[in-house]
Amino acid sequence: MNTDKHTPLALIAELTHRCPLHCVYCSNPLELDTRSLELSTAEWSKVFREAAELGALQSDFTGGEPLARPDIVELVSAARAAGLYVNLISSGLPLDEARLEKLVAAGLDHFQLSFQGARPEIAAEISGTTTHGQKLRVLEWLGRHRVAVTLNFVIHRRNMEQLEEMLAIAEASCATRVEFANVQYYGWAFANRENLLPTREQLDTSLEILKRAQERLRGKMRIEYVVPDYYAKFPKACMGGWGRKLMLVAPSGEVLPCHAARVIPGLTFENVKARGLREIWESSPAFQKFRGEDWMQEPCRSCDRRGVDFGGCRCQALLLVNDAAATDPVCSLSPDRNKVDAILAGVAVAPVAVVTESKPEWLYRVNPA
Amino acid sequence: MTPDLNSKPQLAPGCRLNEETQQPRVLLMPEKALRLSGPSLEIVERCDGKRTVREIIAELQKIYDKAERQKVETDILGYLALLNDQRAVDFI
Repeated sequence: MNTDKHTPLALIAELTHRCPLHCVYCSNPLELDTRSLELSTAEWSKVFREAAELGALQSDFTGGEPLARPDIVELVSAARAAGLYVNLISSGLPLDEARLEKLVAAGLDHFQLSFQGARPEIAAEISGTTTHGQKLRVLEWLGRHRVAVTLNFVIHRRNMEQLEEMLAIAEASCATRVEFANVQYYGWAFANRENLLPTREQLDTSLEILKRAQERLRGKMRIEYVVPDYYAKFPKACMGGWGRKLMLVAPSGEVLPCHAARVIPGLTFENVKARGLREIWESSPAFQKFRGEDWMQEPCRSCDRRGVDFGGCRCQALLLVNDAAATDPVCSLSPDRNKVDAILAGVAVAPVAVVTESKPEWLYRVNPA
Repeated sequence: MTPDLNSKPQLAPGCRLNEETQQPRVLLMPEKALRLSGPSLEIVERCDGKRTVREIIAELQKIYDKAERQKVETDILGYLALLNDQRAVDFI
C-alpha cells in the first residue's frame, strides 16, 4: 500500500448530472447518474464537513448544472459553514437575479460562468439549446453583486475564430478572470473529437492573441489558457497527480480521483453513504491504484519529469492505447505518440474554411432519467 | 504598478482570509489559495478598505522596528502590487 500522506486541496462536488444544456464536449461520463440516486442536502452537508476536516480549502460546485438542484442555496450555506471556499461552475441557467442574490447572501465566493462562444448561433449549435442571451443577462446581474466572476470560454475548432470577440465580452464585463479552455477529449468530447480538435494553425494564432491580451490586461484581468494536450510535447499533470490534490464526489456519492475515472476497467469506487471521506481518500483501492510511482511503466518510471506530470492522464492512456498504466500517449517520449500524431494528421488535411462553414453531425449529450 | 500611498487597499470580491481558527492561514481566491504568515498575513489583514497604504506601512514599520524603514516600505509596495496583479486587491 502507498502510505504517502497527501491532503486534498479541493473537493469537486458534482451535485447532479442533470443539465438544461446538451454540450457536445460535456466532461460528464456517457453513463449519467439518475436523479433518484443523487445525494440529499444532508448527505452533501456531511461531505463538505468531512472534506474540510481532511484539509480541503475549496469546493467546486459543478454538475451537470448545479443550479438544477432546488437546494443549491442551502448547499452553498452548508459548504461555507464547513469552512470551505465556494466556487459555482455554471451555465447560468436556471437563474434569475433574486436567486443570484440569495446565493451571494448564502456565501457564494466565486461564480464561474461558462460560454460556448461569442455569438448566439455557435452557442446554440454546441449546447443544443438557446442560452447565450441568458448568459449575458447573468453577467450584468453579477456586476451588481459582491462575488468574484470568471468567464470560461470552452474553445475548439468551431469557435476559435471568435477569440477577439470573446475577449471583448470579458473586457466589457465585471469579470476579473477569464479562462480559455480548449476542450479535453474525454466523455462526450471524445465521441465528437474529430469535429472539435483545432488545427495547428488555429492553435498558433490563439496563442499569439492571448499572449498579447495577457500583456495588455495585466492588473485588470487574469487570463488563463488551457491548450489541447494532443499538441503538447509533454502531458498535463492531470488533476495534479492521481489522489494527490483533488477528489470528486459524483451525484450518487461515489468518490472518484477524477471526472473520467469510470472509464478505467477494474476500478471500484466507494460511496460516501457507506464510508467516511477520509478513509476513502487515504486507503480506498481506486485512490491507491495510481498514487505515487510504483504503478509506472517505462519511460515514466525512470523519467526526470515523473514528479512534474506524474505520467500524465490515466484516462487518456486508457482511451488511446487501452492501458491505464501506460505513459500518457500525448507525451513525446511515449512509444505510442505516433497514435496521437495520426489523429492530428487527420485534422491537418481539413482546411479551416471548410470545417467552420458546415455544421457537423454532433452527438449531443443526453439528460439522465 | 506601484500603489499610490494615499489609496486604500481592499480585498477584491471573492478574495478572503480563512477563519482565525483555521490553520494554516490562507488568502482564498478564485482557483488559488496563498499561504500567509508573518508580514504577508499582517499586510493582508490590513487591506480593509479603511487604512491607506501609508498607514499600513507605518504600522508594519512599528511591528518590525529593527528592520530598515525603507526596506519595509519597498517590500510592502511590492507585495501589494503583486496582489493587485493577481486581482486579489483593489485600491479605492
